[in-house]
Amino acid sequence: MLQVRELRKTFFEGTPNEVRALRGVSLDIEDGSFVIVIGTNGSGKSTLLNAVAGSFYVDRGTISIAEKDVTRWPEHRRASMIGRVFQNPFSGTAPTMTVAENLALAARRGLRRGLGRLLPARIQNELRDRVATLNMQLENRMHNPIGTLSGGQRQALTLLMATWRRPDLLLLDEHTAALDPKSADQIVRLTEDVVSQHKLTTLMVTHSMQQAATLGDRIVMMNQGSVYADYSGARRRHVRAEDLVRRFDEIRRDELLDASAAEMLRDAYV
Amino acid sequence: MTLLLSAWTIGLILSLLSLGIYISYRVFRFADITADGSVTFGAATAAALLTRGVHPVTASIAAFVAGGLAGICTGVLHTRFKINQLLSGILVMTALYSINLHVMGSSNLPLLSVTTITTYAQDLGRKITGHDSATLLGWPVSARDVGSLIVVGSIVLIIALIAWLFFNTNLGSAMRASGDNEQMIRALGVSVENMIVLGLCIANGLVAFAGALLAQYQGFADVQMGIGMIVWGLASVIIGRALIGTDSVGAALIGTIMGSVLFRLIIALALRWGLNPNDLKLVTAIFVFGALVLPMTLQKVKRHAAGS
Repeated sequence: MLQVRELRKTFFEGTPNEVRALRGVSLDIEDGSFVIVIGTNGSGKSTLLNAVAGSFYVDRGTISIAEKDVTRWPEHRRASMIGRVFQNPFSGTAPTMTVAENLALAARRGLRRGLGRLLPARIQNELRDRVATLNMQLENRMHNPIGTLSGGQRQALTLLMATWRRPDLLLLDEHTAALDPKSADQIVRLTEDVVSQHKLTTLMVTHSMQQAATLGDRIVMMNQGSVYADYSGARRRHVRAEDLVRRFDEIRRDELLDASAAEMLRDAYV
Repeated sequence: MTLLLSAWTIGLILSLLSLGIYISYRVFRFADITADGSVTFGAATAAALLTRGVHPVTASIAAFVAGGLAGICTGVLHTRFKINQLLSGILVMTALYSINLHVMGSSNLPLLSVTTITTYAQDLGRKITGHDSATLLGWPVSARDVGSLIVVGSIVLIIALIAWLFFNTNLGSAMRASGDNEQMIRALGVSVENMIVLGLCIANGLVAFAGALLAQYQGFADVQMGIGMIVWGLASVIIGRALIGTDSVGAALIGTIMGSVLFRLIIALALRWGLNPNDLKLVTAIFVFGALVLPMTLQKVKRHAAGS
């Protein structure tokens, strides 16, 4: 479903702030698989997601979704195939517009938007019914501005919006990180339901080892802009949160070693 | 009474300009100074066509199209060439000054001897009042003033209704969302760039249309008539928001129209009470400054009071 080949991206190239965010990432994701992406801060996991979504163009490499090469497609064009939920609960919804309006906008993701009415009477019931399935009593607040809802409620609605029309690919960028633990749990459960119910091909970035160990059918660990470890099939089934933490410690030790080696070299030669 | 009627009429004409500013400033948070040029562009286009014998309705629609083109230019400068919002507007506004002189052929074009919308309004007024003048609540009023108010009021009503319907379509809602949350609407497959260009096109079309009506009402087009119009529009939009206070489209549209009329009435009264007309722009600018800063200051004071 998703094929990523040798992706490279450097930000602020040629300046002191140069960041080599992606250094040749390749990844193949099969139809219907639920992949968890983990990694330390700055490992490039969010950058990878944004590259796939089209927030920026990559320097090198190709991205294809459902057999289509989308490497040079602008973000809004890729949106016809991709559903997205962001880390910031405020990013996924238009605050001054009502719950119903936001959902109706999402119901036309990737479709032409003409002069038909956004909220004809016949669609309103469908919107209400789908919102009722969230069990958050939001169906009584369809005409409130979405900005008046809590972060957890907005994130639940964003998830509903991202999957309203079945996306070829669902991208979840640490979508529970900014929520309180209770809301985060609720969103995780909702995510599991939605993904399994529609058999969505999903790429989910998370900081939580607990989520990584319990969700999904494959774990990709990133470090320094490339794939460091990839657990799938039987290996994925046997991996526990502690194993993942141990791998992170390895990474940290390697980096410390690098740093101390550099210091030794500096002492000896500079 | 004449003063009051004409203040109402001009307020309503300029409410179309304010609706344009509402689209650029409130929907997109785009301070679009193109308005200063496009209001004159609309007046100039309409005036040039009217003096050549074109029907007033056609001439006014042509003004809308002309303003729309100016808006597209600003939008393209900003979205395609990545020029800062304000600078894009300044470039187009400056270019329009020369274009307006070319369109009019001089810096001032009188319309008193040609058929304009006001001519029709006067006929309508005569039909209603029966004479060239009548009395309203005991005050003498001219048929021209009554007719103009009715005609302009109907035009504003129709345009506001179209605007309201538009902002509730799929396209219009996507436009509102583009201003509200770019990231979200992009992720839903909308090109924010295209929306900005389309939005500025409609906004400046309305502004130019207001310019065309204003020229026909006051009986001339002048190359200087656009100066400070953006600030005028901002003042109306801000007053409208203060009057209504919600973000729903219908309320905002009504608020903007009310704001424009109210502002014009205040100005007319101030002028009547001896405000020097030369100080008008200064007063308007100070008013907008106050309206922008006051809410912030009030909040600070409130927080301070709560903290201590």
